[in-house]
Amino acid sequence: MKPLCLLLLGSALTTVPAHADFKSDIAAIRQVGGEGKGNPQAGTAWQSLAKGDAKSITSLLAAMDDANDLAANYLRSAVDAIVDRELAAKHTLPQADLEKFIADTKRNPRARRLAYELIVRVSPATGEKLLPTFLNDPSVELRRDAVQRLIDAADKALAAQDKAAATKEFSNALTYARDEAQIKKVAGELRKLEQPVDLPKHFGFLTHWKLIGSFDNTKLVGFDTAYPPEKAVDLAASYDGKLEKARWVDVATANDYGMVDFNKPFGDLKGVTGYAFTEFNAATALPAELRLGCKNGWKVWFNGKLLFGRDEYHRGARIDQYRLPVELKAGKNTILVKVCQNEDVKDWTKEWEFQLRVCDASGTAILAKDRPATPKGPTTAKADSKKGTK
Amino acid sequence: MKPTISVVLLATLCAQLNAADWLQFRGPGGTGISPEANLPVELDAKSVTWKVALTGRGLSSPVIVGDKIFVTACSSTEQDRLHVLCFSAKTGAKLWERQFWATGRTMAHPKTSVAANTPCSDDKRVFCLFSSNDLLCLDLDGNVLWLRGLGRDYPNASNSLGMAASPIVVGDTLVVPVENDSESFSAGIDVATGANRWKRDRPKLACWATPVLVPDAKSGQPLVVLQSGPGLSVVDARTGREAWYFTDGASTMSSSVFAGGVLYVPSKGMAAMKPGAVGVHPETVWHNNQLSPATASPVVLGDKLFTLNSAGILSAADIKDGKRLWQLRTTGPHSATPVGFGKHLYLVNEKGLVQVVDTSAPEGAVVSTLDLKDTIIGTPSIAGGAVFIRSDKALVKLGGS
Repeated sequence: MKPLCLLLLGSALTTVPAHADFKSDIAAIRQVGGEGKGNPQAGTAWQSLAKGDAKSITSLLAAMDDANDLAANYLRSAVDAIVDRELAAKHTLPQADLEKFIADTKRNPRARRLAYELIVRVSPATGEKLLPTFLNDPSVELRRDAVQRLIDAADKALAAQDKAAATKEFSNALTYARDEAQIKKVAGELRKLEQPVDLPKHFGFLTHWKLIGSFDNTKLVGFDTAYPPEKAVDLAASYDGKLEKARWVDVATANDYGMVDFNKPFGDLKGVTGYAFTEFNAATALPAELRLGCKNGWKVWFNGKLLFGRDEYHRGARIDQYRLPVELKAGKNTILVKVCQNEDVKDWTKEWEFQLRVCDASGTAILAKDRPATPKGPTTAKADSKKGTK
Repeated sequence: MKPTISVVLLATLCAQLNAADWLQFRGPGGTGISPEANLPVELDAKSVTWKVALTGRGLSSPVIVGDKIFVTACSSTEQDRLHVLCFSAKTGAKLWERQFWATGRTMAHPKTSVAANTPCSDDKRVFCLFSSNDLLCLDLDGNVLWLRGLGRDYPNASNSLGMAASPIVVGDTLVVPVENDSESFSAGIDVATGANRWKRDRPKLACWATPVLVPDAKSGQPLVVLQSGPGLSVVDARTGREAWYFTDGASTMSSSVFAGGVLYVPSKGMAAMKPGAVGVHPETVWHNNQLSPATASPVVLGDKLFTLNSAGILSAADIKDGKRLWQLRTTGPHSATPVGFGKHLYLVNEKGLVQVVDTSAPEGAVVSTLDLKDTIIGTPSIAGGAVFIRSDKALVKLGGS
């Protein structure tokens, strides 16, 4: 079994605590599941593990490899308890082991970040020394801190009116930045420095779509109604729509955040359903995430399979609001997005739109091998990535 | 069984094991009223006994058990790091902290945060719910007893504006409201294991109101008031079975309050009713459409009901007939629910201004103020002769020794 193999491998690479129950305690925690399954055993195991000493910390971190997120939380909180007790007793943490653990980028990214924070807690100078090594790290948080150093350096250069140095540092920061706030800041600064920035490409937003609309969503019936595009995508077909014939139209968005707006081709409609279709030509087969932002009701199909759907309307949208894991196959993959607009007429409920990008787990864009050039046009209209609504 | 006896039974069940404890959102029985007498009224800078920084943001209220204060917070740019912190009420010293990663969605309106729901305690454990629908149970010493990821279990149970309704514990059942536009439910969860005792579908509508307890009109046993836009569904805490309902609408933001045998429901203004039972409809006492609370929940102090709108108008009404007695302009805007004792209410506005209102004055009167100069959305808590207020950055103790 893969998780068990990884666990054993993890144990082999770290110091396995001596007490006999350690492995069974870890196993008890790793078997927790949905709706409280395994909680009594995991709770008992937690009490035992949390009594361990500092030497057990790296083994607990290693046990997070391939663990589910609930198990990881049991394990990380046991580490919290051990560290608090050990530091209160003026004991040391196994800094060398923690550094080795961090250096192994195949480890659970969050466990590595926790190891880093433990090092910073006992030796801030060591943490500072390690930071530059995280620029291309799989851990989003480690990478963010490393990128922030570059941004700080760029800001300093800018304050000293050294535009060349600032441009270099900001450009370097953008190369590695995956955090949306950092990307937004850096892109803004680079544009002020008159440097070209292709944000849709950096994020991996899909910019070219076929859209069809509009089908009925009066009284929200559209969400559960399978209109023809859900049965088969025929880009040459037309159908009886809610108001007129529904036909596929080409839409290419220049928006920095890849926002695809149904209102543009079809008008500001209410109580309607639309679909967007595109193909993604992958260079190779690999795990990926489709990341969607949408404030309307939506469903997403990947290679004909329904991934997820959500019938929440106008409570807000943001980049990476929903993360949908997929397995890209080499060559053509299809993506179909259904977007339902409700009948609310308040002015903050006009949006009928979505944004979708393809990336890996760290947020690094995965680009189609035939990705078209990013369209020219206004990049900032509706570009806000975080839209709070009432 | 006479209502008065029912109320006594409910009060017994809700009784704080230690009268000085504040175990849930709005404290004893969810009323917001402390039974204590010696609390600070004349506030000034010296009223701040201690102030400690918090690890992350939040607007959940502090929960107090004995000398321990429990606070939740969230950190990181995605607010996906969840903190449970425990402090000494006496000194403000941090006793322990546990951290967890959010397993559900963490998107929230900028005004709120992932640490919005107030924890609750049964005096032995603390139950912490977050907007990500992570539900954590720890003992008072920080030992993890069980964890649930309700967003993992029910993937469409979330609210892109953020969840904020708080759990309450009823005997050996934790009642958890997870009401939203999509996979909407409330659940009764075994406090010992975290397993569902019951899960009840609820209206598909975002709701931030916290459940309250009322006595069953026949048996006096406690029932849980689940509130949503269409009205109330009042259920047995251990089975989730509906005993009675109310369908004339209710607020999705401010919570109902039960006091003196009457349930006060923010419903097209304010509706006062005597609770029902299986086969017994609630009995309307009065309705006043001029008493509309905003985010803050109503509170009953003495013989008056108080509502607070977001602009800062505090309205006092006679609990007997709902007639408005007076209105007092305080300094808003307000999100926090007032809490009080004796004849005084503490109001805290969103900019951190604490205002003490003497409700016995003819038209009500603000008798002292203290500017804490920080964003405060959460409702204060009271215990041990002190008021505990959490801002977006810090925990403050006013008064006490």
